[in-house]
Amino acid sequence: MLGTDAPRPGCGGVVDYLDRLGEELLARQRAAELAIASMGISFTVYSEKGNIDRAWPFDVIPRVIEINEWSRVAEGLIQRLRALNLFIGDLYGDAKVLADGVIPEEIVKGSPNYRPECIGVVPPLGTWAHISGSDLVRGADGVFRVLEDNLRVPSGVSYMLENRQISKRVFADAFRSLDIQPVDGYPARLQQTLSALTPRPGDTPVIAVLTPGIHNSAYFEHAFLASQMGALLVEGNDLVVGDDDVCRVRTVGGLVQVDVIYRRVDDLFLDPEVFLPDSMVGVPGLMRAWRAGNVAVANAPGAGVADDKVVYAYVPELIRYYLGEDPVVDAVPTYVCLRDDDRRFVLDHLDELVVKPANESGGYGIFIGTSATAEEKEDIRAAVQAEPRNWIAQPIIALSTAPTLCDDRPAPRHIDLRPFILSGENPYVTNGGLTRVALREGSLVVNSSQGGGSKDTWIIDPHVDGSSPPLADIAPAHRGNSQAQEGS
Amino acid sequence: MSDDTATRGDLDTHVEEDDLLAEGAAGVEAATGIGGGALLSSVAEHLYWAGRYLERAESTVRLVRSHTELFVDLPRSAGLGWAPLLAVTGTRTVFDDGYDKVVEDDVVHFLLAERTNQGSVVASIDQARENLRVTRGMIPQRMWEVLNETSQWVRSTATAGSARHARVMWTEDVIRRFHTLTGIVAVAMSRDLAYAFLELGRLIERADMTTRVLDVQAGILMGSGSQGLAPFTDLTWGAMLRTLGAEQAYRRQMGGVVSARKAVRFLLRDLAFPRSVEHCMLEISRWLLELPYQEGPRAAATTTSMLLDQILIDDLDLNGLHEFVDQVQLGLGDLHVQLEAAYFPARPDGSTT
Repeated sequence: MLGTDAPRPGCGGVVDYLDRLGEELLARQRAAELAIASMGISFTVYSEKGNIDRAWPFDVIPRVIEINEWSRVAEGLIQRLRALNLFIGDLYGDAKVLADGVIPEEIVKGSPNYRPECIGVVPPLGTWAHISGSDLVRGADGVFRVLEDNLRVPSGVSYMLENRQISKRVFADAFRSLDIQPVDGYPARLQQTLSALTPRPGDTPVIAVLTPGIHNSAYFEHAFLASQMGALLVEGNDLVVGDDDVCRVRTVGGLVQVDVIYRRVDDLFLDPEVFLPDSMVGVPGLMRAWRAGNVAVANAPGAGVADDKVVYAYVPELIRYYLGEDPVVDAVPTYVCLRDDDRRFVLDHLDELVVKPANESGGYGIFIGTSATAEEKEDIRAAVQAEPRNWIAQPIIALSTAPTLCDDRPAPRHIDLRPFILSGENPYVTNGGLTRVALREGSLVVNSSQGGGSKDTWIIDPHVDGSSPPLADIAPAHRGNSQAQEGS
Repeated sequence: MSDDTATRGDLDTHVEEDDLLAEGAAGVEAATGIGGGALLSSVAEHLYWAGRYLERAESTVRLVRSHTELFVDLPRSAGLGWAPLLAVTGTRTVFDDGYDKVVEDDVVHFLLAERTNQGSVVASIDQARENLRVTRGMIPQRMWEVLNETSQWVRSTATAGSARHARVMWTEDVIRRFHTLTGIVAVAMSRDLAYAFLELGRLIERADMTTRVLDVQAGILMGSGSQGLAPFTDLTWGAMLRTLGAEQAYRRQMGGVVSARKAVRFLLRDLAFPRSVEHCMLEISRWLLELPYQEGPRAAATTTSMLLDQILIDDLDLNGLHEFVDQVQLGLGDLHVQLEAAYFPARPDGSTT
């Protein structure tokens, strides 16, 4: 009943389980929606009429990944983050990577996320991007590739955890029989990662999650993580930095020193003394306290320089340069228009490529060769030639799909995956991550603010459960299209 | 400011902001062994307001229920109207802005379901929820879930539940949900600083509501248009006790017969009954003792407790009751101001809520 294509290897047990549910699946979807309402899981949509708190969109059919494949991806993500952290530290330190000509200086220093204010700072453990969320996609060949790294304030991990809570409620029977890897270790690992940064080792560190406030779209997550870690949830005006460069929080018992700040506020709003002077959500003096080593800030200011789209193209080379290793997880081949050869190739193959501006986010200004008009093609050609630094190009990826309940019937919808990576003494990758799904047919837009939904992601070990039937019993005989199918 | 005050969190010592500024912060660090143990001033304020709104929502439901029962019990000649409910909740002005006449359907809808009435049950639950939403980590997860369910259920049923035939059942249902919330707090929430502020909010609101109910009862009986009620005085005092869930406790403590003087004494001075003003003040003082920087709030609470100690209920007429209740309410208002000054974050614009 779950679509026309064969499931990926290893998903047989799950497919069998869902098949046996039959129409009962719809009841489980309703149960999940009720659970979401009563748990108050919501996200904020900004609109002209004000901010609306919406119920979290969740599709009950899980997305399944086989454990061996996932282990390899996780290894690759840890490797990637090791290299990126070394790179950021190098940039704000000796800048050897620039002297050695691995990446052009103008790319780094021209990035809007490069912060000269961070030069000379050595954060605890030399880690800059403690928490990152890398977006992964599968193409037609079925291989996971990193599409982008989010090293500033990546969000979504709380939804990954809540999705699991919901699916445990509605699929309690499946969790007994299938070997699904747990995800709920994340808050404890996050707490350990943050604790290790304390400037006052020996004492139990005071950890604060700094949120822009209730109107931020990820506020739910900020509150959730603070609660899960037993940390303080603070806004900028709860904190005060004195002339002694120590950061303290206002409590009913007076001011208390804060050791580690997990900030969910962008760099430029972090400290009005240094960055945007009219920021209402920041803490005046926070950069002083950070530079003095009196408070750790995660992610460190300036870490975003390494998630620039042009820098992305150099990550495989950075992995080789810093670690002397080949990348374990693939990236999407990327043409840097600043390089003459690349630019020539891009201009000759516009029909087959996606051309992206380096410094925009949220999908703005993207050119897609297959659907572009002749006029758009000429415009992009002129733009690339005028300012090559501002453009990169990638092959068009046919995002994989997963069966998703649409109008009460399972239908294929495009998905991506955001795992979360903790960097520090003991690196950690979530078991799976947040699977986002584009609910509109054919759409590639997975953002929850634009009608995207989400799924629980099951990392399973198919060899543990001997009761799973062999795949041949389940896979239908024909394949409908060339796109890869997740789970089914 | 004493440094030896016990706190419910794990704060060992506390430092005043002024001291820090004066001494450049060196050497006066608050020694802490805390992760989530310290309570933010802003969080304390949210918890306090959540406590007040939760209590307000529940008392408003009780008020509507018992008034409905009384209304049904009395003959028309008694002349009991619905205006007293607006007086108890202090919402007459807001009501008059939106409605022409004080009639049952409108008053009940206004108190239960009207979102533009900040004091309505629907609005109070929403505000309790908003305050707890920003402090979710401080309350039991299950409390948050039940509050969500309650909020959604009340919103979708309040209008239908306001109809007279459905009203008593509906109010029973809401009250049962509030009891669930209270039960979760009772068994699942640590008695720490967060609990203290939630509880202080509830206690102040509870004492305030008890005095309001007394005041309005006095008002009904004094009111010139209510001579018709005179033969039914016992019934109305009984309804007042029911509003506060006090009828059974009263009968056991004070003997079976409901009389005005005994009812007033019970609701003002009984030590053991949770909704008596005296009991609320005792609990408030007990919690204040657990807090740092308690001097201002404690002084305010003591002033109100002394008022209660000195009142001679036997000599009190209805007019005197009204004046006395006024003084207690002013005392509670001052207590709120003192809590705000001692614990809540100062606002740049100087506003207080």
